[in-house]
Amino acid sequence: MVELFSYAFMQRAFLAGLGVSVTCAILGVFLVLRRDAMIGHGLAHVTFGGVALGMVLNMAPMPVALGVAILSALGILKLKERAELYGDTAIGIISSLGMALGIFLVSLAGGFNLDLFGYLFGNVLAIDPGEVWVAFLLALAVLATVAFFYQEFLFLTFDSESARASGVRVGRLDSLMAVLTAVTVVVGMKVVGILLISALLVIPAAAALQVARNFKGAMALSAGLAVVSAGVGLISAFYLDWPPSGTIVLVSGVLFLILFASRQWVKRLGGPGSSQP
Amino acid sequence: MNPKDALLSVENISFRYNGLQVIQDVSFAVFPGDFLALIGPNGSGKTTLIRIILGILKPTRGRVVFMGEEMGHFSQWQRVGYVPQKATHKDPHFPASVREVVAMGLLSRKRFPRFLNRRDEASIDRALELVDMKDLQDRRIGELSGGQQQRAFIARAIVNRPNALFLDEPTAGVDAETQARFYDMLAGLNQKEGLTIVLITHDIGVITKHVNKVACLNQRLFFHGSHDEFCSSSIVQQLLQGEHHLVCHRH
Repeated sequence: MVELFSYAFMQRAFLAGLGVSVTCAILGVFLVLRRDAMIGHGLAHVTFGGVALGMVLNMAPMPVALGVAILSALGILKLKERAELYGDTAIGIISSLGMALGIFLVSLAGGFNLDLFGYLFGNVLAIDPGEVWVAFLLALAVLATVAFFYQEFLFLTFDSESARASGVRVGRLDSLMAVLTAVTVVVGMKVVGILLISALLVIPAAAALQVARNFKGAMALSAGLAVVSAGVGLISAFYLDWPPSGTIVLVSGVLFLILFASRQWVKRLGGPGSSQP
Repeated sequence: MNPKDALLSVENISFRYNGLQVIQDVSFAVFPGDFLALIGPNGSGKTTLIRIILGILKPTRGRVVFMGEEMGHFSQWQRVGYVPQKATHKDPHFPASVREVVAMGLLSRKRFPRFLNRRDEASIDRALELVDMKDLQDRRIGELSGGQQQRAFIARAIVNRPNALFLDEPTAGVDAETQARFYDMLAGLNQKEGLTIVLITHDIGVITKHVNKVACLNQRLFFHGSHDEFCSSSIVQQLLQGEHHLVCHRH
């Protein structure tokens, strides 16, 4: 096992993989409970458009994708508010437009190339040192922001009306949450890819919520499950030559099933939470 | 009473939504120590009025002056507690312990960083003890009965020792015995802690035992006066159109 960490590319993969997974897992608890789980999926589609735009403009794809994803996240909020649409409808509109833009631009540029596939499916083992640091620092910034606004996010996730009546600026915090999600999606695209990043935002959080007794416990468990998923995924990639992104997500899926089954088992025995449907 | 002494002054409030007049020209004042019941038929604008008072909605016309500040510039959120309608119908799976829910109420008085300190923990303990929920503080909120959840939400609303507490149909879906205990607890907070309470309710029969003021709303304010004036008012009976079984009695 020690030899695994003697390779610089594996050190980078672990740094980026764990950073992104934990960030997704923490943010995911809020998103799942706010019934915004699909916003990650939608923003991932938009990010594809952003990456394609960067490539066509011959610019670094990550900053362009970041700008496009942030604008789209705020656009989804505005569309919900101004057009009085349900959240999933707004996400559906923006994400499909982003994907369509990507396909259009890729077609103009003469078709898919290897780089674009790297963004779609992730390539954490090939991540370069500069990308690792960008990903790691952005993930750290997201986590620090969530920690800083923890009480506000918890209150508005639980009961936005009471939060508003306590002077919490709900609109601004909704925008902040959307921006943090956009940043996380873009940071995660090199690790698990655009197509699978939303899984990391949803599955560990949903698994933790099967058994969590309090909010801090839910976040800690979600982060722990993400670490196990990323760790097992990367180790399998090294020793068994399995695809890391797919393996990370599949492991998180297995962990979800284990926690789901254990909760059903506890319910049958009449333990804590057994009264829940 | 001198209007200048009012804790809350609602002045000529009107509210339209989607072309419909929901509230029209409503004015009244609430004084420190009042226990006011805001009553009216379904759809009469009671919840809308409370939401305007608390700054959640902006009125089409008129203004709310609360603790000497106009609502648009209100800053003393730590002095206000609010228990919204259907508070007990929140997501039953939400992974928040009773203690975490009560801690949310501290947010309005905290400055950055908002981490809880010893004083905050003591405030949470006190609020939990006031509503007799200390033993259940580590339970997940969704696992509690309707009455227990309601007490947790009251604890959240009073954790800052507010001057005013607003409750919107707090006993909906709660059994009669729990309702009676709940209103006794509110009366205790009103009398012992001097808490001003504004309560939207349909439970007139129970409430008339405890409140000292009644406001009756049906788009317009049809009545605002003392408990005794309310009991002898015929217009109120007509307005309620048999929706409420009115039993006026005092202990």
